[in-house]
Order: sequence, then structure tokens, then C-alpha cells
Amino acid sequence: MAENIDDDSDYRIKEGDYVVLKRGDIYKAVQIQPKKKVIFEKQWFFLDKAVGHLYRTTFEIASGALQPQKSKESEGSTDAKEVGTDNRNIVDDGKSQKLTRDDIEALKEQGLKGQEIIQQLIENSSTFGDKTKYAQDKYIKKKKKKYENTVTILKPSCRILAMMYHGREPGKICHLRYDTLGQMLTLGNIHAGSKVLVFETCAGLVLGAVMERMGGYGSVIQMYPGGEPVRAGVESFGFPTHFHDTLHDFPICRVNALLAGTLDTSAKDPRAAGDLKPPVIAAEKEKSQPEVEQQSNPEEQSMETNSATDGVRDQETEEREKRREARAQEKKVKLEEKRKKLAAAAALLEDKNADGLVIASRFHPCPVLMGLLRFLAPSRPFVVYSQYKEPLIECFTKLKEQGGAVDIRLTDTWVRHYQVLPNRTHPLLLMSGGGGYLLSGTTVAVDRSKPAGSRRAEEPAPKRQKLTDSEG
Amino acid sequence: MSFVEYSDCIKDGDVAIIHLGHESTMPVKVQQGAQTQTRYGVIRHSSDLIGQRYGSKVTCSKGGWVHVLHPTPELWTVSLPHRTQILYTTDISTITMMLELKPGSVVCESGTGSGSLSHAILRTIAPTGHLHTVEFHQQRAEKVAEEFKEHRVDHLVTVRNQDVCKDGFGVTGVADAVFLDIPSPWEAVKHAKAAMKRHGGRACSFSPCIEQVQRTCEALADQGFQEISTLEVLLRVHDVRTVSLPLPDFGTDPFSPPAEPNSTEKTAPTSAPNPASFTLKTTTPPREIPGHTGYLTFATKPRT
Repeated sequence: MAENIDDDSDYRIKEGDYVVLKRGDIYKAVQIQPKKKVIFEKQWFFLDKAVGHLYRTTFEIASGALQPQKSKESEGSTDAKEVGTDNRNIVDDGKSQKLTRDDIEALKEQGLKGQEIIQQLIENSSTFGDKTKYAQDKYIKKKKKKYENTVTILKPSCRILAMMYHGREPGKICHLRYDTLGQMLTLGNIHAGSKVLVFETCAGLVLGAVMERMGGYGSVIQMYPGGEPVRAGVESFGFPTHFHDTLHDFPICRVNALLAGTLDTSAKDPRAAGDLKPPVIAAEKEKSQPEVEQQSNPEEQSMETNSATDGVRDQETEEREKRREARAQEKKVKLEEKRKKLAAAAALLEDKNADGLVIASRFHPCPVLMGLLRFLAPSRPFVVYSQYKEPLIECFTKLKEQGGAVDIRLTDTWVRHYQVLPNRTHPLLLMSGGGGYLLSGTTVAVDRSKPAGSRRAEEPAPKRQKLTDSEG
Repeated sequence: MSFVEYSDCIKDGDVAIIHLGHESTMPVKVQQGAQTQTRYGVIRHSSDLIGQRYGSKVTCSKGGWVHVLHPTPELWTVSLPHRTQILYTTDISTITMMLELKPGSVVCESGTGSGSLSHAILRTIAPTGHLHTVEFHQQRAEKVAEEFKEHRVDHLVTVRNQDVCKDGFGVTGVADAVFLDIPSPWEAVKHAKAAMKRHGGRACSFSPCIEQVQRTCEALADQGFQEISTLEVLLRVHDVRTVSLPLPDFGTDPFSPPAEPNSTEKTAPTSAPNPASFTLKTTTPPREIPGHTGYLTFATKPRT
């Protein structure tokens, strides 16, 4: 079992790593950069000292620096000596706490640790001893949340980032709740080796989640609206570089052109051309770009010969020209790269044999679904998220009309968290009001022939048999 | 075909899912010369299935038709032969995400039961992960191992026929995640810990009763597990339909806007009963839904 030999290097925090800070139920994604100030939960600090420590280490914050927490202060450290039975004699006169706000501030200024401040608060509370054990626990828990200045550094994952986005910036991810995202990945049968289309405006969270499930095997094509694909959320996952080789993007505004182009070339052998054909198509579509390149090439050559013949030349101009040339070159390379990437994405799309489709955007889902469903092979799942139910009702109706899909379901999920403590187990008082809605289904071949084929006549009359006869 | 890899056409030996409509499906082992009876008539494997594309419409002998689908863990979940109570896709999705499963994950599971969750795990951890699953019921263990082979995922899974509460998972220090669906999960928590990697991982226990949850949470805390969190996920299905709400007829309205004597528009309201109605597309909930499947308790094993 080679796995048993623990190589810690994989689990240590490195400079440049994308990590997630955690305190209580609050998360924040950051990158480990030297001398970079981070503000988290009203505290600022530098992450430099976290480098080299293991993931999941809890740090204490002391004047901007992180120190790994030595021993975990035991949860119920204050084994209360006195405990009350009920609150019949506890009067809320607002005077139970002897420490004033200024006193507490002073304690903080002195650089007292959270644990010590809490101890002071308990000692100066006249009612603490009268509280029940449960009320005491609750009091300590509440104060801990306020005064303990610790932060845990986690390795990012879909679970953590989905919970983070839902907690911090639900508006950026169309209020997609983490459990709904979990449903999407499963209903979409997202797994290694498949070819998945993703259209999302969820900051890249959905895209990242799909990539995590694919583990760098297969391909993901991000269909994006506007000028550039949004991928901030993908970065936070901190994927190894080879994951990005499987990620393609294609502007949604070119979908119609692609479909039209495919129709033109579909007469040729679709398989053999594999590598050769797509760039040609892309070149056709982007006529202007190759032209520019062709023009610039000879120009460049002539410039080179010029500089070679001119023996004496002002060095400055030469250098400036060189720089300009380099920049032009760089731009050209970038353009060429972009064109190649587009061609590669087009090549993946035009076979219309994608294995899955995931949509989660602020756009009306109906046209998106109808447009992108055409790229899917038959017998493949698709899943559409919307914050609202009504547009999905429309999708449902349209799909039923149009055919080409079975098992179409409109669903949503409820998630309920529980407090589980001895004698205090109950659902949490607050729950999420809604995590959005999903429309899911499976594509099937669209048949043009009428059902009830001619074969019917040839079949002998079947005997009535149980459904399960042929099984097993 | 394989449960972890799509293919385009149906081949001899595949497992295909026959979709009969209305959420009714049945799995079929495709065999040259075999026949399958459906309520729409017979399907002849050699001519109707083998060589056809997955997703095709197949016309049956009685003129009805069905769709033949590529197997997925989700379709398997709704069509598999039950040998035990099984986990459904809603819980499975949550478990997969909260256990942070992905390609390469090593997972321990017990009990295997009917293999509903196992197939979903295998799909997610392929091609480099591994599932160690423990089922103490010998017949079930054998049956599920057979299914894994038929579904061409046996290279990704080891089935062990032993008691997880007594004998553990049969592996130590290898798992990224552990899942327990047994009557007394608290008795297996220490084995779960032992099965997990030294640097830590995630654990989940599924229990229908809150008393089981209590004991499990206690055991998890005792074994040093952190981030213990219990939740429940419920699926709501919305049936899309067009409804029409009849509009009431109030009779002649004496208070209606200035009744001008020479206005012709408001005449003859009693000539015919007004069948006016308002039509809209909406959704209704099914009459009955599963209100409880089980509590899911998650925890993180820290580095030890």
C-alpha cells in the first residue's frame, strides 16, 4: 500500500496556493501571497507564516501574524462549579455583567487572548453561576464566536466553495444553494472522461464543480455570453495546470454560425477530417483575422531586411521598434492562440455528441436549453438551474412539444440542518428559504418516421408474459 | 457500455435501460437471440437492440414503442432489483458532494445493500479511485459483486463479506471518505477512523432515526472527528400542468360603472351562462411525497 507512506508535501500550504479561510461557518477564498494583507471577519493579517504548515491547521491571529494554535483548548474548559436549575430568579436588569464596554476594549488592547477575555467575562457575570448548564454552554459558545480570533486554512473543494459563495455572495451565483449544485452534478452524470457543455453565470463555481468531478479527464466546453468567459470561481479551486488543458470555451453568439457551418460541411467524412477540418471552419468564420496575419507577415519580413541594410541606426529607435515588434508579435501569437482554441472548441461541438449539458445562468433558460441541446448525443442527461420556477415551466412545456427528451422533471430540494447535542437535539431555527429549481431530463433520438413501424406485421403474436421474464 | 464510460451503440452483453414512459423503467441484459416482454409487446434483442444507438426509439411487437437508454447510476437507482431499502438520487447527490468525492478518491462503504449508492460512488471516483465496500449478508454481497462485473466496474471495487462493526473495512489508512448505512453506525466509527488516511478525510453516516444520530455524533466526537454536522435533504417534484379556473358569474351588476341608458355594451348579460375561465400553466405537488428518508451526519477526520 503505497498510499500508506505519508508524503506530507501534498498537504502542506505553499506560496501561491489558493486556500479557503474558515472561522465558524464563515469562509473566504484567498491566494497565499507574500506580504499580502488579508481582511477576514473584521481582522487583518498576513498569510506568510501559514506557508509550510499542513492544511486544516488552525491559527491564532496575534497583531497581524498567524501562529499555529498549540493545544486545542478543550471545548468545555469551564467545568462550571455552580449550576442553576432554572431561571426563576434570574432578572434581566442589564447589570449582571460587571465589566463595561471600555473595560473589555482595554482587555483587548492588552492583547489578551480570546479565551482569557471569555474567562474574565464569566468571572464578572453575576448570573453565570445561576444559569443552567445548557445556558452556560450557550453563553460560552456565543462569546467564543465573538472573541476568539482564530482562523483555519482549508484546501478548497466544491463543497467548501459552494457553501462559501452561498453564504457570502449568493447574488453572484444566482442564489444556487450548495445542495442544489450537488444535485446538478449527479443528475448531469458528470464524471471523468465525458464531454460536458456548461453555460453558467455563477462566477465559475458551476464550471469549477464540473471540472472537479471530471478530474482532468475528458473535456469541458464553457459556452459563454459576452466577450470573455468568467472564471473567478474556477481559480479558487486551485486546479493543477493539466486540468486547464481539458477546458475549452466557445462564445454563445457563434452557436448559430457553427450550426450553419456544420450543415455545409456535413457531406464530408466527419471522422477522418477530425484534426484538419475544424481550423478551416474557424478560419472561414473569422475571415478578418487570418487576413490580418497574412498581411502582417510580409510586412514584418521587409522590416527586418530594412534594419539589416541600414548599417548605422539610432539605437533607441531600433530598440523601440524591437519592442513594438515584440508587442505586435505577442498580440499576434495571442490572436492565433485564441483562434486555435476557438477552432478546437468548435471541433468538439460540431460532432454534436456531447455527453452532458449543465446550465445555470441569469439568462432565460429556455432559449439556452433549446439552443445547446442540439449538441448533445442521444441518451445523455441535461440539467438546467433557475432561481425561479416559471421559466423552467416554459422549458418543460417546450421540451414536451418538441420531443427529443424523456424523464423531464422539475424539482427543488429542501435542506434542513440539525443541532445534535445531548438533550438539545432539534432542527436549526433558521433554514434557507430556497435554493432554486432544476429541470432535468435525458435526450433521446428525434425520430422522423412515424411510430408503429412496418415490422409489426412480421412479429408473431406474443404470449402474455410477466415484465421481468427476460431479466437476470 | 459501462457505468463509468459512455458508448454510442448497444452491444451484446450490455445492460440497457428500457424507458417505458411515465417514470417507468426496466433494466435489460442484452443478449443475442434473447427477447424481453414489455407491456407494449416483445423486444427482440438481436434486431431491436444490438447495433442500435442508445437513445433510439424501439417499436415493439404490439405497435407501442419504448426508448432504450444508456445505463447511468441514476437510471440504475430507479430500476434496480431491490434486495434492501436503497438510497435515492437526492441523498446520493448530497453525500457525494459533502464527502468531496472525485476521480481518484478511495472510499469505504458499508453496507453495500442493493448497490444503489455504490454505483454512484464508482461513477464519481473512476478511473483512478477505488471503492472498498463491506456487506455482512453473504447472498447480497455475492449478488452485488456479480452486478459490478456485469456493469464493467469490477476493476474499481472490492466487495468484502464481513461485519463492519466487528471486523472493520478490511483496509487501513487508505480512505479519503467513509460512508455508513448500517443500523448501529456508532459501533463502526472507530473502524471508519482506522480505514481513513492519516492526513484525514470525510465521513458520513445515514440513519433514519434521531436516536441513531445522537449516538453516532457522540461516537464521532469521542473519536476526535470535527465539523460534525447533521442535515436532511428532501426532494420536491413539481408536476407541470395547465389548469383552468372558472370565473364566477355575479349576475347583473347594479353598481357597475355609470349605467348609461343608451349604452349597448352592457346588454343581455343573462342571455347565456358565462363559461368564462382563466387558464394558466402552473405546477402542483404530487399527492404524497417521501417526507423523510434519513438524517445525514457528516464529519471531518483530522490528521492523526
